Amino acid sequence: MERAVRYLVSIAALWALWLALVGTLDPQEVVAGGVIAVLVTLVAGGAPFTGRSLRILAPKRLAWALAYIPYMVWAIVKANLDVARRVVDPRLPINPGIVRVKTRLKHPVARTALANSITLTPGTLSVDICGDELYIHWVDVQAKDIEEATREIVSGFERYLEVIFEDAA
Amino acid sequence: MAVNVVIGSVLVALGAAFLFLGALGIVRMPDLYNRMQAGTKATTLGNLLTLVGLGLIEPAWMLKLLLIALFVLMTNPISSHALARGAYRAGVPLTEGSVRDEYREALEEHGEEVPS
Repeated sequence: MERAVRYLVSIAALWALWLALVGTLDPQEVVAGGVIAVLVTLVAGGAPFTGRSLRILAPKRLAWALAYIPYMVWAIVKANLDVARRVVDPRLPINPGIVRVKTRLKHPVARTALANSITLTPGTLSVDICGDELYIHWVDVQAKDIEEATREIVSGFERYLEVIFEDAA
Repeated sequence: MAVNVVIGSVLVALGAAFLFLGALGIVRMPDLYNRMQAGTKATTLGNLLTLVGLGLIEPAWMLKLLLIALFVLMTNPISSHALARGAYRAGVPLTEGSVRDEYREALEEHGEEVPS
């Protein structure tokens, strides 16, 4: 039963995405989109939508996911201004290195989202992840130890991602 | 000239400026990893501003352009990560002035060979 729901949600989401991309309700596109949505879902085995991830539609998680968007946009703007400032400065003020940080997040999708968020934001680039440890290339290493680095790089995102992907309620 | 075209053009110009800074960063930065920082950061905002600016100039395209922006946001960090990890494991060194490398320590702890 849950399997069927998962497949149907996947088909509906892919179909909606197709229609949004073609931007018309021309019957030809509607049919083509439907066929492709079904094919992709069958090939992927409904993979994008596991029983767990359907729970992301709970209102509280959705609200936090929406709140995450402006948070990320602001972080991306800061990241860009920061890197731009370093690039145009004649002294090229960088202090690079690879640091290790720890995450509390358990769910693989949550960890992926964390690694991607880190890469998108100020001067940090996820190089590798190994269990609950991430290795981050940092343009301007500020932290002296792993706790400080974790606080600087990870904590802000974790607060959101924890609720979005892992909240048991 | 309509207001949306003016604002859109300003955004596209700003986006182009950030893309230029990204390119400048690729030239100026001392090693692959720092170049990638410039190449991935400045270009994210450059892309987003260009896409949103275009959407303002041609409102009918807005939905499509926002979806493209979403794809950029989801795929850009993954390719950056894959490149950085691949480069490190292939032995591309950090620049001389790097202050720390806890990744090498961890790899050596796990007994993995790292070419240098």
